[in-house]
Amino acid sequence: LDYQHVQVPFEITLWIMLASLAKIGFHLYNKLPSVVPESCLLIFVGLIMGGIIYGLNDKSPPVMDSDIFFLYLLPPIVLDAGYFMPSRPFFENIGTILLYAVVGTIWNVFGIGFSLYGICQVKAFHLQDVSLLHNLLFGSLIAAVDPVAVLAVFEEIHVNEKLHILVFGESLLNDAVTVVLYKLFRSFCEMPAIKSMDVFAGVGKFFVVGLGGVLVGLTFGMTAAFTTRFTKDIRVIEPLFVFLYSYLSYLTAEMFHLSGIVAIIVCAMGMKRYVEANISLKSHTTVKYFMKMWSSVSDTLIFIFLGVSTIGENHEWNWPYICFTVIFCLIWRALGVLVLTFFVNRFHVNTITSKDQFIIAYGGLRGAICFSLVFLLPDFHRKKLFIAATTVVILFTVFVQGMTIRPLVDLLAVKRKRESAPTVGEQIHIRFLDHLLAGIEDISGHWGQYYWKDKLEYFNSKYLQKILLREYDQPKSSIVLLYEKLERKHAIELAEAGQLGHAPSHPSLLNNDRTVITDKKLEDALNPDVLENIQEILARNLYRIRRTGPAYNRHTLPGETEPAEHAKEILILRHKSL
Amino acid sequence: KENFDSIPDLEFNPIRGKIVHAFFDKRNLRQESDGLVDEINFEDFLTIMSYFRPIEMNMDEEQLDRFRKEKLKFLFHMYDSDHDGKITLQEYRNVVEELLSGNPHLEKESARSIADGAMLEAASICVGQMGPDQVYEGITFDDFLKMWQGIDIETKMHVRFLNMETIAHCY
Repeated sequence: LDYQHVQVPFEITLWIMLASLAKIGFHLYNKLPSVVPESCLLIFVGLIMGGIIYGLNDKSPPVMDSDIFFLYLLPPIVLDAGYFMPSRPFFENIGTILLYAVVGTIWNVFGIGFSLYGICQVKAFHLQDVSLLHNLLFGSLIAAVDPVAVLAVFEEIHVNEKLHILVFGESLLNDAVTVVLYKLFRSFCEMPAIKSMDVFAGVGKFFVVGLGGVLVGLTFGMTAAFTTRFTKDIRVIEPLFVFLYSYLSYLTAEMFHLSGIVAIIVCAMGMKRYVEANISLKSHTTVKYFMKMWSSVSDTLIFIFLGVSTIGENHEWNWPYICFTVIFCLIWRALGVLVLTFFVNRFHVNTITSKDQFIIAYGGLRGAICFSLVFLLPDFHRKKLFIAATTVVILFTVFVQGMTIRPLVDLLAVKRKRESAPTVGEQIHIRFLDHLLAGIEDISGHWGQYYWKDKLEYFNSKYLQKILLREYDQPKSSIVLLYEKLERKHAIELAEAGQLGHAPSHPSLLNNDRTVITDKKLEDALNPDVLENIQEILARNLYRIRRTGPAYNRHTLPGETEPAEHAKEILILRHKSL
Repeated sequence: KENFDSIPDLEFNPIRGKIVHAFFDKRNLRQESDGLVDEINFEDFLTIMSYFRPIEMNMDEEQLDRFRKEKLKFLFHMYDSDHDGKITLQEYRNVVEELLSGNPHLEKESARSIADGAMLEAASICVGQMGPDQVYEGITFDDFLKMWQGIDIETKMHVRFLNMETIAHCY
């Protein structure tokens, strides 16, 4: 028995296996995921596992190593989020998102830090020795909203797109602020004296971290797009490039102490457009599947480890501190959202209603990032207190807020996601509106949102596309083939169900279409296969087809069910009009 | 009208013809007749710009609805180039062709099929089931309203000017 030899990979595989089996388990029992979010169940499983290990070994179970978390578990999730981020709503709301992410986080950090310091001053709690700096340090790591947790909870409740993108965008972008503040306060803890120059350096550092992350992401994104231009003959390794470049951007940013999350998101968003045009359909599917798979596994592992690490002797319980931490987190978040939204609504026509505000405030979940950061703290005598407080906050937000957010959303009748299939007409109209507004802005000389969008499109088409895209060849064949295959399949199904009176042949369907539209003679009759092609053409002309299906669902891919559904819909529609 | 052509940024806009046209369209200028005027003065210019007014906070349902209808009517006039109150297939095709004219690789065939597809969708939304010999003539304004139901145009179709006083002069 040579266990030592295979120990490490064996144990890793066992953990991943456990995670995946747990996932199967939840979905076998249908009612459970709708009541209790998956993240809660996973933490629960982790708690059980931790308890078992503790009972067996009689020492603390292996705590999640922060390095493993930051280097291996976090990037896939963030990459998945960035790649499938609907860029249109994101950029429309980017001002608000940045405001929440930057100003909101800073507000939370200082608010929580100072109020906890105030609590520490009370003699009865025996907390005198926790200094202001320590409190601020703690504040900086607990204030940030966690993208993993937000994703896990929000993907199941399907709120309207704008709300989703606000909370989600904020959770992703606040990483820059968190990184800066955390590192800042940590270095302050070790410095004997703090001068005001250091504070200014901190502020400057924030800009460096944020913008540096964006630059790194852009560089790698463009390089990735450029590389895929030449991969025509070696299609098999195309998906690899997507992952390699994104991961490299994350690691490079971390190496330079920049914000890795921002870098990987910018990389994914930037390269998506060009890479999708360059790589083959099969590579595209591979990329999607692998991304979803990895992020799913990471997600599960993170929550399980969170549960496991909770058990053990790492904690020092000081009830007042912990309770007040939880209370202050909630209060300061609510206050922050209120104040910021007040400012935002003054400048925007599309106001954020108070219901939305409540959901934004309530959706501020903390998660594994806080947990890892607290373990990275230098060892000082109050570290265990912080660990305990962090654990309680995370468990509270995930369990209590995670479980109650769905009934609350129903109760408050928050505007839900519009569940409709994308139509070609809608895309045409929206694009028309874009151009119209850009034109009006040009005429009036106003540099508004559409003006910049238009300029970017122009720059894109003139320069970027020429460099980054391969020659536009018409790959109609594979798409039309796939569509025809689907249509044939559905036609056969319908025939089997006995609905079609005569043989399901395309020509007869087409003949009836001609009379439906007009009585002018149409040479290019409305071909069902062309409809899918139309969407592809529109997409290739950089007109993004908005998928209104759940984009971040861990269990299905975006657009997976759509072509089939669409084909069926069209067939049925046409059949009705016969 | 030639002055509009001299605006540099407008050159790259694929639907600039329609935009310029809209400024001179008598229906948008709230005049009784049909057709185009030759020149517009500043007041007319403001009238057109007022279609892009952002909504105010304290509007009630009825006002919002009226607002929405006005903006959609402006759009409808842009689609309907021959002023007959209906968007026919040919006009729709025209619009799509112009929109996609930016890309030199796209053939006319594809643009036409896209327009046909969109027209079919419009037909299915507006009219539902039709018999085999019925002919769908064109999209009327009511149908147009139905098509735009999903898109909240009140909040999208506006331009925020730094100086709001001039807009107030229109109403």
